[in-house]
Amino acid sequence: MPDPPSTTSPAADAVVMRNVVKRFPGVVANDGVDLTVRAGEIHALLGENGAGKSTLMNLLFGLYNPDEGEILINGEPVHFHNTRQAVEAGLGMVHQHFMLIPRFTVAENVILGNEGPDSVLDRVAASRRVGELASAYGLNLDPDAKVGDMPVGTQQRVEILRALYQGSRILILDEPTALLTPQEIDDLYVILRRLKYDGGTIIFITHKLREVAAVSDRVTVIRRGKTIGTRITAETTAPELAELMVGRSVLLRVDRDEATPGEVILEGTNLVCIGSHRAETLNIASIQLRRGEILGVCGIEGNGQSELIEVLAGLKTPDSGTLTIKGKSVIGENATGFRRAGVAYIPEDRHGRGLVLDFPLWENTLLGNTERAGFTSGGWIKSGWIRNLTTDLMAKFDVRAPSANTAARALSGGNQQKLIIARELQRHPDIVLAIQPTRGLDVGAIEFVHRSLVETRDQQKAVLLLSFDLDEVMDLSDRIVVLSEGRIVGEFAGATADRAQLGLLMGGRAITTTEAAD
Amino acid sequence: MTTRQGSAIVNAAGSVVAVLIALVIGAGVMLVSGLDPWDAYRSLAEGALGSRRGRAETLVYAAPLVLGGLAFAIAARAGMFNIGIEGQLVIGGFAAALVGATDWGLPTAIHLPLAVLTAAIAGGIWGFVPGTLKAVTGAHEVITTIMLNYLAFRLITYSIQKREDVLPVDPAVQGTERVLDTARLPVILDLTRLHAGVILAMVAAVAIWFVLFHTTFGYKVRTVGLSRGAAQFGGIRWGLTIAISMTLAGALAGLAGAGESLGLHGRHSATPPGLGFTAIAVGLVGRNHPIGVIFSGLLFGMLSAGAPSMQANAGVSKEIVLVLQGLVILAVAAFEAMNRLPFFRRVEPPPPSGGDGESETNAGAKLLSPNISPRLDRLS
Repeated sequence: MPDPPSTTSPAADAVVMRNVVKRFPGVVANDGVDLTVRAGEIHALLGENGAGKSTLMNLLFGLYNPDEGEILINGEPVHFHNTRQAVEAGLGMVHQHFMLIPRFTVAENVILGNEGPDSVLDRVAASRRVGELASAYGLNLDPDAKVGDMPVGTQQRVEILRALYQGSRILILDEPTALLTPQEIDDLYVILRRLKYDGGTIIFITHKLREVAAVSDRVTVIRRGKTIGTRITAETTAPELAELMVGRSVLLRVDRDEATPGEVILEGTNLVCIGSHRAETLNIASIQLRRGEILGVCGIEGNGQSELIEVLAGLKTPDSGTLTIKGKSVIGENATGFRRAGVAYIPEDRHGRGLVLDFPLWENTLLGNTERAGFTSGGWIKSGWIRNLTTDLMAKFDVRAPSANTAARALSGGNQQKLIIARELQRHPDIVLAIQPTRGLDVGAIEFVHRSLVETRDQQKAVLLLSFDLDEVMDLSDRIVVLSEGRIVGEFAGATADRAQLGLLMGGRAITTTEAAD
Repeated sequence: MTTRQGSAIVNAAGSVVAVLIALVIGAGVMLVSGLDPWDAYRSLAEGALGSRRGRAETLVYAAPLVLGGLAFAIAARAGMFNIGIEGQLVIGGFAAALVGATDWGLPTAIHLPLAVLTAAIAGGIWGFVPGTLKAVTGAHEVITTIMLNYLAFRLITYSIQKREDVLPVDPAVQGTERVLDTARLPVILDLTRLHAGVILAMVAAVAIWFVLFHTTFGYKVRTVGLSRGAAQFGGIRWGLTIAISMTLAGALAGLAGAGESLGLHGRHSATPPGLGFTAIAVGLVGRNHPIGVIFSGLLFGMLSAGAPSMQANAGVSKEIVLVLQGLVILAVAAFEAMNRLPFFRRVEPPPPSGGDGESETNAGAKLLSPNISPRLDRLS
């Protein structure tokens, strides 16, 4: 697969990395990577999680030193020993986890590390300078607002502003959309395009094909620490990129037959939860799960999703309302009671709920199964049997780990998630609650998770899928409900749902014809 | 606290290295003081292990420390810091001595088990209270167990000084009356002070190991200690589990007290022995693993048993043993800190293949954090 020839002179290349190698004990994270980023382009760096994208960018930004290879910035060879040198060379990096001080204002965060030579800090002048810079780039930031009070998307703009303030002309964004809502992502694209037209160069790390298509001019694909190829975004296709990224052809859309919904298996009416300050956090007039269908729940984070799931999983008793599973009331039962009634729960928080990271895999298989025959007998743990079961599940669900005795902490996110799914489906549940089941997973693992959910549906089980990824909900669901401020504000058949409509409902706005039109 | 479960072998190696480092630093301290550390360590080892009597003394000192160390370990496994071992221990020892010193005409087969059981119950109550308070009200166990320590001390002092009328106590010796022979833990090695309490300690350690790692209850304890969220997910009742764990911890500490009063001393004295605090160190050095606790209990037992010999033969004050104990704790704590601080994990490799976003980005965050602040990424 030949790369498009680089006809431009080296001086037009903002960043050139040649044959870069970075080894960690036991692992070669970058194994001869080549990357050429032209000045003034948005260049996507695409690869699965663990492919070596972040390592490569950390090398570029002076966080690591390469073991081999050379790096040129604007045609000049560079050897950064720390990030300050990288910043002086015109680089800026926005990390996935922001490096902001919540109690500081926007201006204070932006000038942090660049306070100037005077021992007295002129806050007014600093605030003015920061405000001017923000409006010059259309970042729409109040320099005197406290960062801790801001939504994530706004905090990210502060990070970008800080890089610009430091004089960065080459901006590295590490998975910038991971924590953003669909609307915030659109806003980010606008900002990036604007920076580009002002002559900035942007390297955009992602593992999402849609983002590559939406914002980049060219894209370089990395797999297992090696450059696989560079493409002009407009001349490539999503399937081609997916194949380059994973190394095999991938189903980007789940193949599934029409649902054949059966009887109602779970039914909740007038479910109300009261949070602190006596505010209603959840008020569901009616929710039903049917056998043989996937019910998608979409909404913006913090609109009652966690309360709804905790109620349906038995982790929280609603303050009022009725909830029946197979016709029997389950109000007042705990998680064990719900499991006995046939509920399996794939929690959003893999590390804090779904797994005990310091336990070996086999002990994680036991989580939630302590009362079940086979796993234990008369209070004794049947560790041999559980180990065997875990080994079987690992083979069946493609959980890649040395053995059932490996600590869960040592597994990648995708393998951790597969273990959770394996454990939950092993119970042969009638109802599966899948919460953000693909968050942070790579394309291959996502395909697996989606297939598992559809197969579960096809076995005439009820699946509830809650995700903040609207495309995921729309791809998989047979029926979609929209949650806003703790209420179900809309219900659609999966096929008839419209992205714009859903987005507006999620934002809590009534649909009007003009709005739906754009 | 140290509730992380790494590989048992790695943990054990860490503790051994920590002890060696402590001995080296201790040698430095002695050198600075103009003493001969080689001579001191040899005398210490000879005193603790060189004779039949010395080995028996090592076990005598180790017995309460192992039981107390278990009391720390099981609470730590459930995610709690049991600083109330001293109170649980003395109230157990006192209760056992009261039963043991009372003449009901019972045979040994009933009197001794009754006295031991009383110790476990009394200590258990001293664990049950903070455990339940935490489960129900969220009151922090460090506060409540410290308060209960004082309650135990004062209750015992009051009973000894003021309740001679109803209790078998003797204000003249500031303790209980002598435990009757029918309730004494027998000496198991002639011409030494080695009593059956040491067997109790070893059996308890193995039993706790079995409970923790082979029973559903132990699994629940460890799950609760490592992840309250996962415990809730798994339908494990957090409050009930920590209340039982703390009760069990108190009972174990109570047994340590029983060994002292029914075995070693034959009565319970009003002066708190301080064993309960050394037991915290035993638990920490033993990495809260019951088998590790046996070894660390033996180590601390050796230090105590060898100290007089060191003083007599090497002219090194036996207080240097306290310095060594402190150094061991410090070294273990330093190891623990190193495991947690991001700076020391700089070279941690990314996951071999198909790693997730979290670990990949954490690699960057870990590298950054020493430059900025370890907490920064957590705050934002």
